[in-house]
Amino acid sequence: MTTYVGKPVRRVEDHRFITGRGRYVDDIKLPGMVYAYIVRSPYAHAKILSIDTSQASTAPGVIAVLTGKDLEADGIGGLPCGWQVNFRDGTQMKEPRHPVIAVDKVRHVGEPVAVIIAETREQAKDAAELLTIEYEELPAVVDPQKAVEDGAPLVHDDAPRNLAFDWEIGDKAKTEAAFQEADRIVELELENQRLVPNAIEPRAAIGDYNPGTDHTTLYTTSQNPHLIRLLLCAFVMGLPEHKVRVVSPDVGGGFGSKIFHYNEEVIVTWAARKLKRPVKWTAERSESFLSDRHGRDHRTKVQLALKNDGTFLGLKVRTYANLGAYLSTFAPAIPTYLYGTLLQGVYTTPAIYCEVYGVFTHTVPVDAYRGAGRPEATYLLERIVDLAARELNMDPADIRKKNFIPPFDGIEQPGYQTQVALQYDSGNYEAALNRLLEMANYSEWRRKQQELRSQGRYIGLGLATYIEACGIAPSAVVGALGARAGLYDSATVRVHPTGKVSVYVGVHAHGQGHETTFAQIVADKLGIALEDVEIVHGDTAEIPFGMGTYGSRSLAVGGSAMVRALDKILEKATKIAAHLLEAPESDLEFREGRWYVKGTEKSISFPEVALAAYVPHNYPPDLEPGLEAESFYDPKNFTFPFGAHLAIVEVDPETGEVKLLDYYAVDDFGNIVNPLVVEGQVHGGIVQGVGQALYEEARYDENGQLLTGTFLEYAMPRADEFPMFKVDHTVTPCPHNPLGAKGAGETGTIAATAAVANAVADALQPFGVKHVPMPMTPQRVWTAIQASQQVS
Amino acid sequence: MGVPIKVTVNGRQYEAEVDPRMLLVHFLRDVLDLTGTHVGCDTSSCGACTVILNGKAVKSCTLLAVQADGAEILTVEGLEQNGKLHPIQEGFREEHGLQCGFCTPGMIMTAYDLLQRNPNPSEAEIRHALEGNFCRCTGYQNIVKAIQYAAAKMSS
Amino acid sequence: MFPASFDYRVAESIDEAISLYQSADGEARYLAGGHSLIPAMKLRLARPSRLIDIRPIEQLRYIRVGDDGAVHIGSLTTHAEIAASNVVAQHAPLLAQAAKVIGDVQVRNMGTIGGSLAHNDPGADYPAAVLALEATITVQGPNGTRHIAATDFLKDMYETALEPGEIIVDVAVPSYSGWKSTYVKFFHPASRYAVVGVAILANAVGNQVQDIRIAYNGVASCAFRDTAAENALKGKAATDATIAEAANAALNGVDVLSDHFASAEFRKHIGRVYLKRALQELFAG
Ligand SMILES: Cc1cc2nc3c(=O)[nH]c(=O)nc-3n(C[C@H](O)[C@H](O)[C@H](O)COP(=O)(O)OP(=O)(O)OC[C@H]3O[C@@H](n4cnc5c(N)ncnc54)[C@H](O)[C@@H]3O)c2cc1C
Ligand code: FES
Ligand code: FES
Repeated sequence: MTTYVGKPVRRVEDHRFITGRGRYVDDIKLPGMVYAYIVRSPYAHAKILSIDTSQASTAPGVIAVLTGKDLEADGIGGLPCGWQVNFRDGTQMKEPRHPVIAVDKVRHVGEPVAVIIAETREQAKDAAELLTIEYEELPAVVDPQKAVEDGAPLVHDDAPRNLAFDWEIGDKAKTEAAFQEADRIVELELENQRLVPNAIEPRAAIGDYNPGTDHTTLYTTSQNPHLIRLLLCAFVMGLPEHKVRVVSPDVGGGFGSKIFHYNEEVIVTWAARKLKRPVKWTAERSESFLSDRHGRDHRTKVQLALKNDGTFLGLKVRTYANLGAYLSTFAPAIPTYLYGTLLQGVYTTPAIYCEVYGVFTHTVPVDAYRGAGRPEATYLLERIVDLAARELNMDPADIRKKNFIPPFDGIEQPGYQTQVALQYDSGNYEAALNRLLEMANYSEWRRKQQELRSQGRYIGLGLATYIEACGIAPSAVVGALGARAGLYDSATVRVHPTGKVSVYVGVHAHGQGHETTFAQIVADKLGIALEDVEIVHGDTAEIPFGMGTYGSRSLAVGGSAMVRALDKILEKATKIAAHLLEAPESDLEFREGRWYVKGTEKSISFPEVALAAYVPHNYPPDLEPGLEAESFYDPKNFTFPFGAHLAIVEVDPETGEVKLLDYYAVDDFGNIVNPLVVEGQVHGGIVQGVGQALYEEARYDENGQLLTGTFLEYAMPRADEFPMFKVDHTVTPCPHNPLGAKGAGETGTIAATAAVANAVADALQPFGVKHVPMPMTPQRVWTAIQASQQVS
Repeated sequence: MGVPIKVTVNGRQYEAEVDPRMLLVHFLRDVLDLTGTHVGCDTSSCGACTVILNGKAVKSCTLLAVQADGAEILTVEGLEQNGKLHPIQEGFREEHGLQCGFCTPGMIMTAYDLLQRNPNPSEAEIRHALEGNFCRCTGYQNIVKAIQYAAAKMSS
Repeated sequence: MFPASFDYRVAESIDEAISLYQSADGEARYLAGGHSLIPAMKLRLARPSRLIDIRPIEQLRYIRVGDDGAVHIGSLTTHAEIAASNVVAQHAPLLAQAAKVIGDVQVRNMGTIGGSLAHNDPGADYPAAVLALEATITVQGPNGTRHIAATDFLKDMYETALEPGEIIVDVAVPSYSGWKSTYVKFFHPASRYAVVGVAILANAVGNQVQDIRIAYNGVASCAFRDTAAENALKGKAATDATIAEAANAALNGVDVLSDHFASAEFRKHIGRVYLKRALQELFAG
C-alpha cells in the first residue's frame, strides 16, 4: 500500500515558480558584483594576429580586459574531455587542447577571444566595442564528410584528416555474410541535422571568492554541480576541491546542454579570484547559439539485409559524426557508446556492424542533447525498417512484429544479449505496439488514409518502436569503455529530531520534479507526510557527491541510492524502536509510520523514534546516537525503457506543408512514481522530437557562419503547431534496481522524430517519395515531390 | 543622464531615475528586484519577459523602462491576492503546466491577458494566444490544460 | 542585450516631435511601438543618437470615419486595436485581416501601423493590404504636410517616401463596404514574418468580378500590386479556369527573394498557390 508513490501528486516545487520566486543564477546579486562580457570570434577559422586592449581598458567602469594569454600566464589549463574513444587500430584519440579563451587561433564562430569586466553589464559591453582584434581569416570546413577528404582545412594540426577517432562495433564478417545471403538489401543515406538545445533559461555563471577564507564559490546553470567542481579543480584550475563550492540553484531546463564544463565557468571563477570581486556572466541568446554545445549532426549510410518475408538478417551503418571544433565533456561517447550500441533496437537482427568517424570541423562543439545518440540510432533504424516494409509491401506494424525480440522479464527469462554489446534488462515490445495500435485505432486510420487519398488528401501514419538505454552504468563497465568518471549516484537521508526528513541527492533537477517524486518515495517508505520531507540538490556544500541529472538516470540511479539509504535508516530506527518497545526486532512490524509489536496495539511512531535517536536517554547500549544514512549506488546495468509511438500527419503536396494531426504514445518506463510528471516528460520530449523532424536546424554556411543563430531563423516548436497527445504506458519493471524504474526523460525525443519522419514518407508514398531530409520544411517536402515526379 | 520615471508595479508606486536605454525587464529585475520576470532571448521571440502593461500583455524586453513612465504594470509576483493563488497559477500547478519554471511567469501573464479578453477560449484560441511564448519543457499540452482549468474556475 | 546609449526625449505633440528632431545632433529617430526599432537597437543594427518617443501623442491614436467617407487611422493605432475595430471590420476588413496575423499577441499590443509602414520590412503584413486598399498616407514634417499614395510611399526594402523629420500621422482607407477581401500568409517558421503574404480585395457580384486588387508582400524586396494577376480576373467571372490564369500570371518578372528556407523558385510557387487558393475560397459559394 502506498500513499504517494504511483499517484499524480502535485509538484511541491511549483509554488515558488508560479509566484515568481524561483531562484535562477541570473537572479542572484552579490555585494560588489561586477559583470563579464565575452568577446567572441566572428570567424570560423582565423589566426589571432593581435589584440589591442588599450582603449577598452580605459573605458568608463572597466576593471579588467583579459585575454587567453593572461589565462595561460596564470597557469589555467584547457577544458578536459571526460570520455576517451580510441582509434580502431588502438591509436589514442586525438585530444587537442581546448582553450578556455583562444590564444593564437580561433576554430569556430563564437569562441571566446577576450573578456571585459566592468562595474555594470552596460559598461562591459560598451567597452567591447573599443577592443581591436586583428585576425587573419583561414579557410574553414563545416561538413564532417568533407572534413575527412584530402586537402580539407585542418582544425587541429595534430589531427590528420580531422579525425578524433574512428570506431566500430559489431561483427563485420558475420554481417557481410548475412548480406550475401539476403533476398534484398534496402539502403538510405541520412542526415541527422545539427540542433541547438535552447533551454529557455540562457546559461549564466557567477564566480565569487573570499580571500579571507580562500573559499571560491561558483554559481552555475548546471545539471551536475559536483562534476563541474571536480573538473574545475582537478583539471582546469588546480584549486583545492574542499575550498570550492559549486551551486546550481533553480535551473531553467538543460536537455543535455548544461551537463558540460564550459569556458565561461572557468572565466568567472578565475576572474573573481583575480579581481577579488564576484563576477557575473549571463549569456545573451545569440551567444547561447554560438557557445552552448550543439547536438546530433550525423551523416549516415544505413543498409538493411532481409529475407523476402520481412525477416531482418543484417544491418550495416557508417556514420560521420561532427564533433565540432573541440571535444566537449562527453562528446566522444555520444556517437559511439550511446549510438552504435543501440542499433539492435527492439529487433532480433542477428548480425550488425557499425563504424563511426568522429570528425573535427570549424563549428560549435557537439555533445549530448536530449536522447544523445539514441535518437540518431532510432531515426536510422526506424526509417530503414519503414522503407523495408514499403519495398516488401508490408504494413510497417507487421514488419516490426515479425522481427521483435520476444518478451522477457529479466528474472524468469534472462536479459537479452544484443549483437552490439548491451544486455537489455526486460522488455515486452510487442505488447507496447499492440496497446498503441489499439489505442490509436490504427486500422481505422489506415482505412481513412485510403479514403482521403481518393479525395486528393494525403495523410501519413508513422510508427516508431524504440528502445533506449539509460541510467548508464556500471562504473566499471563504462570505465572500460573510456569513461573517465564513474556513473553511480549518492543520497544522504537526514532524519531530524522531530521526525522531519531532509534528503541530499546527487542528482540535480532542472524541471524533472525530483523535489516531489523523490519525496513521494521517502514519505511512503517512512510512513510520514509528504510535507515532512525536503529534497535538497544542487549544492556541493550540502550534498556529499553526485553525478547529476542526464540520460534519464535520476530515479533509476539516484532514486535507488536514496532507497538504500532509507533502508539503512529503517534498519537503525527499528533497533531503536525495539529497545523502546522492549520487544525483539523480529516481533516488530512497521506500517504507516509506526512500529507495532505484532499482535498487540503497542506501538511507537517514527518521530518518537527519531527523537530518541537524538535524545538517547533510553537507548540501545551499543548503538550510535543520531539518525542519518548515506548510500552510494552503482547500478548493475543500464535500464532499457521502450515503447511505440504513432504520428499522424497530413501533407499538402502542392505547398509541402506538413501538419501534425494526431500523436499517440505508449511507453514503458518500468514502475512509475508520479504519472503526472512522467506524462509531462513525454509531452515535452515529443515536441522536441517533432521540432527536429519539422522545424529545427542549426545550419552553417560554407564559411562556418551559423545562419540560424537567433530565434528569428531557428524555428522553435510553438503551441499552435500541436494537437493534444494521447499517451499511455505498459509496465515492465526493471529487474535490477530497487524501484523497478527505468527512466522517462528522453523517450519522447527518441521516438517522435522517427515517427514523424515515417509519417511524412508514408503520406508521400503515392508520389514515389522515399525519404525527405530533416527538418522536413515545406520547401524540402515540395522539392522531394518534384524530384520524384521527374524520375517517374 | 538618468530620466525620472514613475511607475506602479503590482499596486505599488515606484519612482526612479533610469538610463534611457534600460529595458523594462531589467528595471523590474535589477532595480525593483522582481526577478520573476525572465529574459530568455534577445529577439523579442520567447515571451519569458511578458508582463501586463496598462492591462495588456507586452514583452518587457522590447520596451524601454522610460516608455513605462506613468504606467501600471502587473508581474507574476502581483497575482496572488491575500495569500491566495490566482486561478491561473493554480491551474499551472494542478495541471502540471510547468517543469523548469523558466517560461512560466511569461506564460501565466500571457494567459492572464487572454482570459481577460476571452474568458472562455477554445483549445485553438489558447494555443494561438501562446504564439509568442516558448516553452522547451512541457510540450505546451499541460499549459493549455492549465489555462482551461483557470478559465473554468474563473467563470464559475 | 540592450541598446547603445542615446538621448531620450518625449514629444507630447507632433510639432514638438518635429522640433526635437530638428534640434538633434546626429541621427534622430521617432519611437512609436518600438517593436522594430528596439530589437534593431538591441542588436546594435540601429544606433540613433536621439530617440523621440511619440507614443504619448494621444492625437495620433484613433480610428474614425472621416467627412470624406474614408476610414482614418492614427499612426499610433496598434495592430491589436486595428484587428479589433468595428469600423475597420465594416469598411476595410482587409486591414484587420492583416493586423491579426502580425507577430504575436504581445507584438500586436505594442506595434503601430505608422511604425510598420515607416519601417517597411519586406516581410511585414500591412504593406500588401494598404496597396490593395489604395490607402493614402499623410505625413507631417519640417516642410509641412503631404498626402502620399501607398504605392508611392512604399519604395523598397526598409525604404519609404518619408523625408528626414517627417512623421506619419494618418492612414486613410477609402470605404470598401460590400467588397470581399482576404489576406493569406505563408509564415516563416521562426520569425513568423511573411515569407509570402497575399492581400486580395474584390468587388464582385456572385463570382462576376468587377474590380479586383491583388498585392503581395514577403515575396520581393518591397510589397507590390500584381496587375497582371488582377487583369486576368477583372471584368470576368471567377472560375477555376480564370483563377488558374490569374495565378499563372502572378509574380511574372518579379525579382523574388531567396534564402535557405525558401528559394526564389519555391517562394514564387507558394505565391501562386496561395493566390489561387485564396481566390477559390473568396469566390466559393
Ligand atoms: C517578435 C516580433 C514579431 C513580429 N512579427 C511581425 C509580423 O509577422 N508582421 C509584421 O508586419 N510585423 C511584425 N513585427 C513588427 C511589428 O509589427 C512592429 O511593431 C512594426 O513593424 C513597427 O511598428 P512600431 O510601432 O513598433 O515602430 P517602431 O519600432 O517604433 O519604429 C519603426 C521605425 O519606424 C519609425 N517610425 C515609427 N513610427 C513612425 C511614424 N509615425 N512616423 C514616422 N516614422 C515612424 C521609427 O523611427 C523606426 O525607424 C514583429 C515584431 C516583433 C518584435
Ligand atoms: S526575453 Fe522578451 S521575448 Fe524573449
Ligand atoms: S517549463 Fe521549462 S521552459 Fe517551460
